[in-house]
Amino acid sequence: MNLFCVGLSHHTANVETRERFAGGVGAGPTLRQAGCAEALVLATCNRVEVYGASEKRVSTDEIAQCLLQNNEVIVHGHSEALPFYRYEAEKCVQHLFRVASGLDSMVVGETEILGQTKKAYQSARTSGAVGPCLHRLFQRAFRVAKQVRTHTEITRGSVSVGSVAVDLAQKIFGELGNCSVLVLGAGEASESTARALVSRGVIDLRVSNRSNDRAEELAHRVGGRATHFDQWTQECREIDILITSTSSEAALLTPANLGPILDDRIDRPLFIIDIAVPRDVDPTVNEMEGVYLYDIDALRSVAEQSLALRRQQMASAEAIIAEHVSDFIEKISWELGRTSPIMGHPPVADGSLRASRP
Amino acid sequence: MLYQHPGAFEGETYCPQIAKPRATSYSIFFPVDRVLLIISTICFLAALVRTGFALRTGVFRPGRFNFLAIGLGFIFQTAFLSVRGHALGRCPLTNLFEVFVFLAWSVALIYMLVGPTYRLSLMGAFTAPLVLLLQGFALIAPIDVRHAIRVPPNPALEFHASVSLIAYGAFALACIAGVMYLVQERQLKTHQLHSTFYHLPPLTDLFAAITRLLWWGFILYTIGIISGFFTGRPLPRIQLVAAVGVWLLYAAILQGRYLRRIAPRRVAALCIIGFSAALTLLWGITFTAQTHSVP
Repeated sequence: MNLFCVGLSHHTANVETRERFAGGVGAGPTLRQAGCAEALVLATCNRVEVYGASEKRVSTDEIAQCLLQNNEVIVHGHSEALPFYRYEAEKCVQHLFRVASGLDSMVVGETEILGQTKKAYQSARTSGAVGPCLHRLFQRAFRVAKQVRTHTEITRGSVSVGSVAVDLAQKIFGELGNCSVLVLGAGEASESTARALVSRGVIDLRVSNRSNDRAEELAHRVGGRATHFDQWTQECREIDILITSTSSEAALLTPANLGPILDDRIDRPLFIIDIAVPRDVDPTVNEMEGVYLYDIDALRSVAEQSLALRRQQMASAEAIIAEHVSDFIEKISWELGRTSPIMGHPPVADGSLRASRP
Repeated sequence: MLYQHPGAFEGETYCPQIAKPRATSYSIFFPVDRVLLIISTICFLAALVRTGFALRTGVFRPGRFNFLAIGLGFIFQTAFLSVRGHALGRCPLTNLFEVFVFLAWSVALIYMLVGPTYRLSLMGAFTAPLVLLLQGFALIAPIDVRHAIRVPPNPALEFHASVSLIAYGAFALACIAGVMYLVQERQLKTHQLHSTFYHLPPLTDLFAAITRLLWWGFILYTIGIISGFFTGRPLPRIQLVAAVGVWLLYAAILQGRYLRRIAPRRVAALCIIGFSAALTLLWGITFTAQTHSVP
């Protein structure tokens, strides 16, 4: 039995090309007709891949044809332009382990891919397209992904501005259920941050805007309550988190007007997320006792630090994967009653093989 | 000529010729108790090495290993104290060596009692170095000296000493939590988040832990001071003044916290200062006690 993976991803193909082949989810029967004893299609917004096991070689052109949408036909010899990659045997195993662990993702360490891989496996298993070879391969891939997540920092930190803000809030306050949040300004950015906070348990959410109608609209959308704009300084005495995104030209919050508010709340931290440009909060406010001010640049900087931390962890993750790859190849060969390890097909001239990475 | 020393226990005799402690190890207990203590120290060292290794690789995940290593270290500490206490026929607090080990044991005990929130965080990683420092110093320094006179048991004095040392353990943990708070706070203020950031508890949880530990420590320390008056032994004035000074410092921190006059960051910093002062006092008390024959 020969293991292989044929596919294209955000590394090799643009979104238009990926869309052309996104119909491959239902390509199981076609792939079996093409000669695959076992076949599983993993189709996400960033990749379309076929994992297969077959006795005879199934060419990349044939697999690409199975994946095409709208009955499009690849004319033989025209497939050179298709940016498919192909991995055989050990490389195929390694690739799947990297994909499931989030190492091959656009955002390194993202965990959504593991859920998508599990879903694809379940779907293929239900349709009977998965046999002993792919079953073992994917079960091991899930184990590897879990181990990588547990033993490295690959998933650590947030890499988007909204989730960074929420993570920081949790690092200051712990449970967000008891936190009061004031959203100052009814812009799109503050709405998404407010939604993220609500999704993590915030119940007391107040919205204040110069236009009270817009404040009420936003409050209605995010499940909060609107308050009058001229009362926002009073609200600051009670809240824990302030999200500002007004279009004010001058700073709304300065040490001078925040000082008296802080006197009443010395043992409670105040987390300020200033996503307005120009900024609503004087940067020197961050130097005040118990105040944690993050403007848009600071949030981006934290997101970049998280991404850098994840990249640093790639070597550790690759080491875990390498260990599992050799172990898997050895075990599956023995389990399937073979005397020689799982082998890939002998390489043949294949015009569509454009992006075969080590 | 034997006579009753003013600082000695009731009914205790004091011999000026042999009162100066001899730098003789407890060879009669070696290797049993000392081996137990060495094993315990190795357990704490393992927790520290593991943390150091994790820091180097950037994966700061204390997890179960640290807790198990510290738990095992605690068991061996307890065994050491039990063996020595049995041999002495009293609470093993007769010299600086035993005081250091008892203090390390108190720190580990409070750590084990503090609760799952801290076990899973970096509390263990911060606790192990402190315990290691105390025990390592106790093992290396020539402070395990034997007193010339066998000290008769004095339950009131033993209670006073052990309760005070457990209070020190709580203050030590509050100091560790204070360090963690300052580390976390600094990262949040400067927007420079390191690997440790993701494993430290939230600021508000840390502050709640500091407050709780301060209260525990303060209550136990108060009991310790009060019980000191019932030991049947006059307290040296300088020790009493210093002990009351430390008590006042912690009372002021708690009062400031209660009245919301001191910001959490300052409370955390004061916990470190307070424990340093308390440790200096402990050293002073033990040193003075040794030079006066028995504690």
